[in-house]
Amino acid sequence: MNQNRRVLLKGSLAAGAVGAAVSAGLLTPKAVMAAWSKEAFEAKDTNAALAGAMGSSDTTASDKIKLKAPDIAENGAVVPITVTSGIDGTTNMSILVANNNTPLTSSYAFGPDTEGYISTRVKMGKTSDVIAVVKAGGKLYSTRKEVKVTIGGCGG
Amino acid sequence: MAKSIKLRAKAKDGVATVKCLISHPMETGLRKDKKSGKMIPAEFIQEVTCEHGGKTVLGAEWGSAISKNPFLSFKFSGAKSGDSIKISWVDNKGASDSLEGKIK
Repeated sequence: MNQNRRVLLKGSLAAGAVGAAVSAGLLTPKAVMAAWSKEAFEAKDTNAALAGAMGSSDTTASDKIKLKAPDIAENGAVVPITVTSGIDGTTNMSILVANNNTPLTSSYAFGPDTEGYISTRVKMGKTSDVIAVVKAGGKLYSTRKEVKVTIGGCGG
Repeated sequence: MAKSIKLRAKAKDGVATVKCLISHPMETGLRKDKKSGKMIPAEFIQEVTCEHGGKTVLGAEWGSAISKNPFLSFKFSGAKSGDSIKISWVDNKGASDSLEGKIK
């Protein structure tokens, strides 16, 4: 219980630090988009994380999203993920790892000329589904793939 | 935090492919220091932004589940060789860095 309180305190302190940097004019307003979705990133289940990041957890499975991830990841600390969205008008994308402590790894907002393509590397605690969620025309589409992890990458 | 970003951008048929590597510890705040037994405080990048020609082409929000020394690649159209792009990041402690590079 106490441990949780500490973590929460630290979290709010850190958020305060970012706020201070903003108000001190260190960051241009452009660099600070919508405030970092703290709730979405700290959500412990996939639906809550999605609702926070994308506004809804109601997704439609789509085969137009290509999710490239290894079948077996030897090292869960570095799992390469590539998501390509073939859906026109893709505006946002989120990548989630269902069985992670906090499933939301990252979310992206695309400019009008940006293609629906993201490649990055994520941490996975254990074998889990990787879920790519794409927002296009206000609707959510998703695709998932299971990645087996032999050595976890969260915690030491 | 100078020079934490490595950037490669290439334009082909008007579409630029940007790849960047950022050196950052990306601590989750859940790990313990083996020697002292204390928790290592969280330190991870929260926001990454890429600008091209004064417009934001990509705004990314990251959580602690992005790997250490993060890699990010994305594509956008309407770019030509010689254009400059700017990548910047901010972490949860308020540290930040940015780099301007040219598209090849």
